[in-house]
Amino acid sequence: MFESYDPRQGKRLQIMDEAGNIDSSIKDVPLMNDSDILLAYKYMSKARVIDEWSVNLNRQGRLPTYPPGKGQEANSVGSLMAMDKDDWFVPAYRELGGMLYRGIPLSKLYQVWLGNEKGSHFEIEKYHTFPISVPIASQCLHAVGAAYANQYLKNNRVTICFVGDGGTSEGDFLEALNVAGTWNVPVIFYIQNNQWAISVPRNKQTRSATLAEKAFAFGFEGVQVDGNDVLGVFAATQMARDKALKNQGPTLIEGYTYRLGAHTTADDPTIYRKQEEVAQWLVKDPLLRLEKYLLKKNLIDESTINALKEDAKKEFLKEFEIAENAPPHTVEEIFAWQYKQIPEDMKEQMNILNIRLKGSM
Amino acid sequence: MKALTLVQAVNDALFVEMRVNPNIVVYGEDVGVEGGVFRATTGLQKEFGDKRCFDSPLAESAIVGTAVGMSVLGLKPVVELQFSGFAWPAFNQIISHVARFRNRTRGAMTSDIVIRMPYGGGIRALEHHSESMESIWAHIPGLKVVIPSNPYDAKGLLISAMRHPDPVIFMEPKRVYRSIKQEVPDDAYTIEIGKAKIVTEGKDITILSYGAQMKEATEATFQLKTKGISVELIDLRTISPIDKKTITNSVNKTGRFLVVHEGPQSYGIGGELVTTVIENCFTDLLAPPARMSSPDITPPLPRGERLYLISTNMIVNKVMELMNYRP
Repeated sequence: MFESYDPRQGKRLQIMDEAGNIDSSIKDVPLMNDSDILLAYKYMSKARVIDEWSVNLNRQGRLPTYPPGKGQEANSVGSLMAMDKDDWFVPAYRELGGMLYRGIPLSKLYQVWLGNEKGSHFEIEKYHTFPISVPIASQCLHAVGAAYANQYLKNNRVTICFVGDGGTSEGDFLEALNVAGTWNVPVIFYIQNNQWAISVPRNKQTRSATLAEKAFAFGFEGVQVDGNDVLGVFAATQMARDKALKNQGPTLIEGYTYRLGAHTTADDPTIYRKQEEVAQWLVKDPLLRLEKYLLKKNLIDESTINALKEDAKKEFLKEFEIAENAPPHTVEEIFAWQYKQIPEDMKEQMNILNIRLKGSM
Repeated sequence: MKALTLVQAVNDALFVEMRVNPNIVVYGEDVGVEGGVFRATTGLQKEFGDKRCFDSPLAESAIVGTAVGMSVLGLKPVVELQFSGFAWPAFNQIISHVARFRNRTRGAMTSDIVIRMPYGGGIRALEHHSESMESIWAHIPGLKVVIPSNPYDAKGLLISAMRHPDPVIFMEPKRVYRSIKQEVPDDAYTIEIGKAKIVTEGKDITILSYGAQMKEATEATFQLKTKGISVELIDLRTISPIDKKTITNSVNKTGRFLVVHEGPQSYGIGGELVTTVIENCFTDLLAPPARMSSPDITPPLPRGERLYLISTNMIVNKVMELMNYRP
């Protein structure tokens, strides 16, 4: 299906360029219409505002470690827009836009970053979304299992799984690709290649020219897409999804993108990368090109752009406050979810902890 | 009723439960056509098809990691790791995900899978085929660890594991896979996870063991009877969580306690149980509670293996020492 975009021949799918122009010569892929483009812009812009505010709140001491996704918004928004709402979404942890598109409340998402497990209570039927996965690439195997289950249960659902460029060096990533290919299950692996795994550049992860081409060794297609072009991301994902639904197996998509911010708020990227490199990517910003396009076509104006940002900020700060004001956990809460029922000897531990906290033991 | 070995009872449990629960899938290395290197899954693929019993690629992390995803979507994977010594590539999936999905998502999702693995020494095997590392699994919050010692328990406990809402590490004592046959009911039955079993009631000393070492503990119990010593023999059956009540009730009655198990002594099951006894039975104790386990060494290859396991004689001698203890 991706014959014209073989990464082994140096091809990378891009539909909208940095100037906001759509390549009209591309006919063989599904294109977003203008209302889709506007919708994508709204989610990406919202994610950007929230991301920048998260860093602010971290600086104010209100939010512990947070992994900014600035510059990468098109990847999770574009790909999730190409998926059905009942398809399964297996995130890593830098997919804020995709989470927003799924409709997961911000107050929930920020409970996670504020250190409250309740934030990961994603009702299955409502969101079809796995919780954020911290151990790198381990979630790729969950996605393959979810895809097997969907096939087994004849659910007609596709699973999309996210991983970073660093994650492609992990054994679990490679095992996941191998098993997915062997079982021929409906799964899409989406690599957010943001060029940096904390301080380690992409060329220190692998000698492969692209990450997408690794798919071919596992017996299925890989495609590299401009991860800052939401139209390209959408097209590649929708094609991969169609393929999966036709029982034509998995696809590996490499979103070629860039992390404009730090790995997390605890990281200082000036130690390992030059400002000139960042500057080269600033002009490729996924939001800027959409703004250029939408303004050019009179689909949006400056005041709407600003109003969207202002609304996003207000909504976020309100939702953040809800997450922030969640009461601290009780002893019962931290014991309650280890098992379906609290075992007897843990009930004893719980009682002892309660007594100790009262200071009488 | 039919007379089955332990490994046949495992196979029987899988058959019985797969017939009633269409969401059970069984996979692992060589479990399909071959029926497992120990034949625990013999015949399953033929009866249930290759979507329900199949050979996975040779990758333990993948076997467990995919099971996590399947279980979130409602399947009940019962996976086999060929030997417990080869479980470690899956360790990250087990400790980071299997054990945590319920807690991480506050009950929205669970990873209630069953991971079967043969464990323990005494079968003259190559390196990595003789470990008893149950204390490592037992140390991980969120897991349940179950070890049967005989065919009847193997079937009942495995059926319970397959109906259990929490993930279960099901360790099978391969040294006694075929050593005895026992009458096992044809139909399904369950044995409660989290409950130890008093095998023999007694009044002088409590001996606790589990898995393959139950063989020597049982023999010692008989020999001690001829010496006039009445042993209360307990089969732990569930390693985690611990059935403290059964153990402490017994020791409060007998006043003496000996735990016998394979595997390194330090930070082992024995240490945990002795502590439990000291904390709960201190004033009733007539002798120091004792543990007998393997030394803190790498399990020796067959040339040295007889030195690693606890023999019947060793248990008898230790019990005599405890009986003769005077403060």
